[in-house]
Amino acid sequence: MLFGIHWNLASQWSFALSITPILLIGMKVTVEATVFGFLIAMSLGLVFALLRSMPLRAVSWPTAIFVEFVRDTPLLIQLYFLYYVLPNYGISLPALETGVITLGIQYSAYTSEVYRAGLEAVPFGQREAARALNLGSFRTYRDVIIPQAIPRIVPALANYLVSIIKDTPILSAITVLEMLGVGKIIGDRTFRYLIPLTLVGILFLILTVIAAWGVRFVERRMPRGGVALK
Amino acid sequence: MTYLAQFENVTKRFGDTSILHNFNFEVTSGEHVVLMGPSGSGKSTVLRILMTLEGIQDGVVYVEGEPLWHEYRNGVLKPAREAHLRRMRNGIGMLFQHFNLFPNMTVLRNVIEAPMNVQRLSRTEATERADELLERVGMSNKRDAYPLSLSGGQKQRVAIARAMAMRPKLLMFDEPTSALDPEMVGDILEVIKDLAQAYDLTMLIVTHEMGFAREVADRVCFFCDGQILEQGKPETIFTEPTEARTRQFLSRVTGAKKAKVGSEAQS
Repeated sequence: MLFGIHWNLASQWSFALSITPILLIGMKVTVEATVFGFLIAMSLGLVFALLRSMPLRAVSWPTAIFVEFVRDTPLLIQLYFLYYVLPNYGISLPALETGVITLGIQYSAYTSEVYRAGLEAVPFGQREAARALNLGSFRTYRDVIIPQAIPRIVPALANYLVSIIKDTPILSAITVLEMLGVGKIIGDRTFRYLIPLTLVGILFLILTVIAAWGVRFVERRMPRGGVALK
Repeated sequence: MTYLAQFENVTKRFGDTSILHNFNFEVTSGEHVVLMGPSGSGKSTVLRILMTLEGIQDGVVYVEGEPLWHEYRNGVLKPAREAHLRRMRNGIGMLFQHFNLFPNMTVLRNVIEAPMNVQRLSRTEATERADELLERVGMSNKRDAYPLSLSGGQKQRVAIARAMAMRPKLLMFDEPTSALDPEMVGDILEVIKDLAQAYDLTMLIVTHEMGFAREVADRVCFFCDGQILEQGKPETIFTEPTEARTRQFLSRVTGAKKAKVGSEAQS
């Protein structure tokens, strides 16, 4: 029994059928971690990208060092650090929240590169034309640069969505009962690993296929010349 | 006498390469000046400095008697800040070789964007102005199209309307026809000629189109190694250039033209 739901060991099929609702509860946690982690990654990534592009070195360098540090250390260490070390300093968060924040920070390091590359890929002539028309830098970014960068940024960002889904099982290391963690507990308790792990694999596949399909949908919808202004 | 634009002992370097060295140059109001010369001779740089796209290392550039890249602070001439550059840029417009239209905006929006946001015109006023200019350059039927659907010549027409919508006193053209198909070149040059006659504009044009220069230019300046080697009325420069380097360049340009036309006739 897990989450108040009993499994049925009579046959392989009845076992599979009886544990599916349990795994779906785990899947809900997986989806939550993915969605909130991704939202943090998207917003924090933009902040990092803008801070890094600032001319003031006192701002851009520490940001660059932090982003590099996050990118180059394992997710699991960051996770343990936030979960086991920070409480010593009076900061103690529930496991799921810690996991979501860690995923968000780790992926913001990647998405900040996506934003930076996207903004830099807008041809330099566009900035020059905006300057020749005397548009201010806010207008230039809002009306010219960002709308043209979006078609380059969004598909690359969306690819990280697929990636973040596949990274959520690591949260089970800090006791978050996400889908794989739930599957493993079922295996531990019944000594039957094949069916729960297979089902978890299939459910992950369904999630990533849906996400990848969404990515392609978004990609196709992206206007070539940038987000239109009339 | 106050010139519309004046370069006084200007030096411009890119890294170790000196593009302009102690460069002096004046443009009077209403004058149409064509800049010619081999690539790397500094003619585009002159335009880009006036458009505040490139800074200078030494000397002073004046626009209507006021320093462009410098400003007086406590009576001392200091490098200009962005606010000063913004104010100075107001009367200056520029056309680019590759048009640089904003692909995410319709033709109309391209033309009204700056008048609305920089000159604070209402959308109605800006649109009125834009429609008049698009009509003038023959692009009214494309006002709701996006740049991606336009040909090179059409893009340059829109770019001209966009620059004119800011009502510049000085309009600069950086090789406006060099990225166009040969059959489009004449069209664009006609549009520029029309503007030159219809508006009280000072024009600085970098081009190798000699026939066009002859018709439009009050003065042709021949650039070589960051200096003006020779300048004068187009007929003088084209028919009896005094410098050997000018003669050599002109014969190459006309030679290349003939060869191009010849090969097209064959194909």
